[in-house]
Amino acid sequence: MSPASANPDAGRPPSGAGGGRRHSALARYVAKRLVIAVGLLFGMTLVTFCLTNLVPGDPVAAALGQRAADDPEIVARFRTEYGLDRSLPAQYLAYLGRLIRFDLGTSWQTHHAVAADLAKAVPATMEIAFGAIVGAALIGITFGAWSAYRRGLATDQVLRLVSLIGISLPTFWTAIVCFYVFYYRLGWAPGSGRLTPGVAAPPNVTGMYTVDALLAGEWRTFVDASAHLALPTLVLTLYTIGLLTRFSRTSILEVLDQDYVRAAKAKGLPGRVVFFRYVLRGAAVPVLTVVGLAFGSLLSGTVLVESVFGWPGLGSYAYQAASKLDLLAVMGVGLVVGLVYLCVNLAVDLAYGFIDPRVRVGR
Amino acid sequence: MTPGLRIDSLSLSIRGEDGLTPILDRVSLQVGRGEVQGLAGESGSGKTITGLTVIGLEPPRAEVTGRIWLDGEDLMAITGRSLNAIRGRRVGMVFQDPTTSLHPQLTVGAQLTDHVRYHLGVSRAEALERAQTALDRVGVAGGRETLRRYPHEFSGGQRQRIAIAIALACEPAVLIADEPTTALDVTVQAGVLALIRSLVDSLGLAVLFITHDLGVMSAVADRVAIMRRGRIVENGERAQVFTAPAHPYTRELLASLPGATGGLRSRADLAGIDPFGSGDPTGDPTGDRPADAALVRDRPADDDLAGRESTGDGREEAADA
Amino acid sequence: MTRRSPTARLWRAIPPGLRQPLGLAAGLIALAWLVICLIGPAIAPFDPLAQDLPRFSPPGEVSFLGTDELGRDLFSRILAGARVTIGLALVLVCLSMLIGSLLGLLAGFFGRWVDEAIMRFTDLVMAFPTVILAMVTAAALGASLFNAVLAALVVSWPQYARVVRSIVLGLRGNDFVWSGRLLGFSAVRSIRVDILPGTMGPTLVLASLDIGTAALLLSGLSFLGLGARPPTPEWGSMVSAAVSHFDKWWLGVFPGLAILTVVISFNFIGDALRDALDPGVAPR
Repeated sequence: MSPASANPDAGRPPSGAGGGRRHSALARYVAKRLVIAVGLLFGMTLVTFCLTNLVPGDPVAAALGQRAADDPEIVARFRTEYGLDRSLPAQYLAYLGRLIRFDLGTSWQTHHAVAADLAKAVPATMEIAFGAIVGAALIGITFGAWSAYRRGLATDQVLRLVSLIGISLPTFWTAIVCFYVFYYRLGWAPGSGRLTPGVAAPPNVTGMYTVDALLAGEWRTFVDASAHLALPTLVLTLYTIGLLTRFSRTSILEVLDQDYVRAAKAKGLPGRVVFFRYVLRGAAVPVLTVVGLAFGSLLSGTVLVESVFGWPGLGSYAYQAASKLDLLAVMGVGLVVGLVYLCVNLAVDLAYGFIDPRVRVGR
Repeated sequence: MTPGLRIDSLSLSIRGEDGLTPILDRVSLQVGRGEVQGLAGESGSGKTITGLTVIGLEPPRAEVTGRIWLDGEDLMAITGRSLNAIRGRRVGMVFQDPTTSLHPQLTVGAQLTDHVRYHLGVSRAEALERAQTALDRVGVAGGRETLRRYPHEFSGGQRQRIAIAIALACEPAVLIADEPTTALDVTVQAGVLALIRSLVDSLGLAVLFITHDLGVMSAVADRVAIMRRGRIVENGERAQVFTAPAHPYTRELLASLPGATGGLRSRADLAGIDPFGSGDPTGDPTGDRPADAALVRDRPADDDLAGRESTGDGREEAADA
Repeated sequence: MTRRSPTARLWRAIPPGLRQPLGLAAGLIALAWLVICLIGPAIAPFDPLAQDLPRFSPPGEVSFLGTDELGRDLFSRILAGARVTIGLALVLVCLSMLIGSLLGLLAGFFGRWVDEAIMRFTDLVMAFPTVILAMVTAAALGASLFNAVLAALVVSWPQYARVVRSIVLGLRGNDFVWSGRLLGFSAVRSIRVDILPGTMGPTLVLASLDIGTAALLLSGLSFLGLGARPPTPEWGSMVSAAVSHFDKWWLGVFPGLAILTVVISFNFIGDALRDALDPGVAPR
C-alpha cells in the first residue's frame, strides 16, 4: 500500500498492462487451453477404447455373425488381421501409433478406412448441426432475454412454459411426428436421406451438399439438398431452443441483479439501453458458454434424429458401429466427438478473450 | 422554492406474502446546496432504500408515500420514463463498491459518456470532452488514454473516483453517495472524502451522504441524521450531534466508537454474534427506543457502525483530512 | 406472527411454483403416473402382451388408443409401460445421485490429488455427448434394460459430482466444520454431521430435474433398440415401431405423449423446487 497522503491514488498511472504484456498473456492463455485440450482428447480415446474392450460383448461374433464365429480358424484369422490377438495395452499403443499418421484403421463392418467413412459422415451431420445451433441460438437467446426482461410477467410465464416443453420433448418422437405431418400428411417436406433418389451428389469439396452444390453452381441440387435438410434441422433446433432459452434466462437474471445494472439505471439511461448495453454485455460470457454446451447436447440429438430421417451422418455411423461393436469405427467416432468438443470449447474460450477484457490480461 | 433536495415524511412498505412490511417511517431530510447531509445507521435501517427511493429505484412491490422535492419540484409526481430525466441528470448517485458498480466489459470512456449523450444530446466528441473534464475534476490522471481503459485496470480508489466522475458528468445539483468509502482502504478513503468535500464547495453540490461509519461521517458531513429501523431519530448540526446527542440511541452509537468508553465493543466481538441480533428490516419501527440502560448494554449497537474493517487510526486520519 | 390453520401451513409448505393452476396440474399428472406405475397392469383393459386383437386397428375401434403391428392394445401397453420407463428413470436417478454425490464428496473433502483425479475423470465423461457415450456403452454391454440403466449411469453421475463437490468446498472452510475437526471428529463423522446435510437440498433439486432427463435418455436407448427387449412394453421401443409404420400415426403419437407428459410434469416440479430453494432466479 502506498504511504498515506491526501490523495495517494490519484497521481499513479493506470495499472493496466502494456500492449506487449497483454499479448503474451493471451498467448499463454491459449497455450494452456491447447495443452488441456490435447490431454482431454487422449483421455477420450482411452475411455472409448476401454469401453469397447473391457465389456462382455464379443466383437468377433458381432462382426462375423454367429456361424463364422463358431469356426475357430476364421476367428483366429480375423483376430490376427485386426491385431486382436495382442494384449490390450499393445493394441492401444498400436492404435496411437497409427493415429499419429492419421490412420484410424479399417472398419470391419464397412471394410472402408474409418477416416474415409468419417469424412463422409461428419459433413452430413455438421450440415444439420450448424443450422440447428445457429437457429436455436438466435431464437433461444432472444426468448431467454425477453423472458428475463419481463421477469414474472405473462410473457415470462409463457416463454418459461414453452421452453420447459422444449426440453421435455423426446427428440426421436418429435422427429417422427414432424416426418408424419410434413412429409406424409402435408407433403411439404421430401422423404428421408440427403437427396431425392436420382439427384446426383454435387462434386465433393466440403462434403456439405448445400455448400458443394452452390460451389458447383448446381442450383437444382442445392434446392433439393436444402429441402432435405429442413426437417432434421427443425427437429434439432426445437430441442436446443428450449435449453438455450432456459439457460440464457437464468444467466441474464443473474446479471440483472448486478450492481452495475443498478448503477446504469441510476444514470438515467432508458431501460432499453440498460438492457442491451449493460445487461446483455454482462451476460455474453455465460450465454456463450451455454451455446457451447448446447452444441454438445445437440450432437446427442443427432443420433436419434438421424436414425429417423435416414441421414447418413455421424450419429447413424456411431449407432451402426456401436451396435456391431465395430471397435475401430467406435474409436474414430470418439475421436471426432472429442475433437468437436475441444474445438467448440476453444472457440468459446477465445471468444471470452474478445468479450471480457479481464481475460486478456490473464485473470 | 427550496434549492436542493427535501424529503418530506417519506414512508415505504414492501408488499409480501405476509402483507405489508414497513421499511421507512416518515423520513424527513433536507439537503441544501453546498451542504453535506449525513445519514447514518446500522445495516438494514433503511438508509440505502431512502437514497434509492429519491431517484425512483425503490425495490419492486414497494408502496411509497410522502413527498420528495428537488429544487422545488415534486419528484413523487414523476413516474415511469420521465424519471430518467432526473436520474443521472439532476441527481447523481455513487454506490458502495466501484468494483461491482462499474461494468467490467465497458471502457471508462463509454461509461462516462453514454448518459451524457442521452441526457444532454451532445455529440460523441463533445461528450468525450466533458468526460475528460469530469475525470480531471476527480483527479484521475492519464488523459485520453484513460478513457480507453477498462475498470479493472485501475486501483480501487481510482475506480471510485471514476464512479464519482460518472455521477457528476451531467453536472447534477444533488449527489447521493451510498457508502462511497466503505469498500476502500483507509488511506484511500481519506482522499475520496476530501474530494467529495471539495466538489461540494466548488460546485455547490447538495450531497446526501449515507454511511454506517460515524468516523467518516464526522469528517465530511455538515449535518448528521441518525436512522434506526426506518426512522430518523436525530438530525442536527454535526458538532451538536457529536458532542451533545439528544437521543439515547445516538449516545449509544457514539459510546460504541472505539476509544470512547471502551469495553462494549470488545464484549460484542467476544460474543461472536451479530450484536444487532440481525439486520432485520422488518423490526417494529414503532418500538420504543432503548432508553433503558440495561437494554443498551444488552445490545451494544456498535459493531456495524464502527466499521469492522477499518481501524480507529484510519478514522482519525480520515477525520483530519 | 399470525396463527394459521394446519391446512394453510401445509399449503404454504408447497413450493410457490406448484401453488398455481399449471403447477397443480403438473403435480397431479406426475402423481397420476406414479399411481399408474404401481397399479398399471391391473387396470389395463387388455393383456399388454397378448397378440389377439386385430392388427393396426385405429383408435376408438377395438380399443381406446388402437392396436399395434402385432395386434396388442396400445392403451394397455402404455399403462404397463409406465413402471418400466418411470420406474427405471427413478432407479437411475437414485443410483447416479448416490455415485455422483459420493465422488463429489470425496473430491471436495479430501482435495488435492483425490480431487484432481476425480474431477479430471468427470470432465472426461462430460466431454462426450451423453447419448453417444451411453449408446456405445449399452451396445458393448449388450441390449437389455438393465444394461441400458448401467449405460445411462455412466453418463449421468458427473453432474452430481460437480454440484456436491462445489458445495463441499464451500462448506469445508466454515468455522463449524473446523471446530468439529478440532473437537476430534473423524473424517467420516465430520462429513456425516457437518457436511452431508448441506449438500442434501441442492442434490435433491438436481435429482428432481434429472428424472425427466433420465426418462428421455432411457426411452431414447430403447428407441434405438439398445434397451428393452421386444415383448416388454417400453415407451421408447413402442415409438420405434412407428418408424417403419409411420402412416399408422397412433403407434408413435401416444407412447410419445406419455413420455412427454411424464417429463414435463417432473421438470415442472423440479423447476418449482429449484425456484423455492434459490429465490434469486425465481420470478418476482
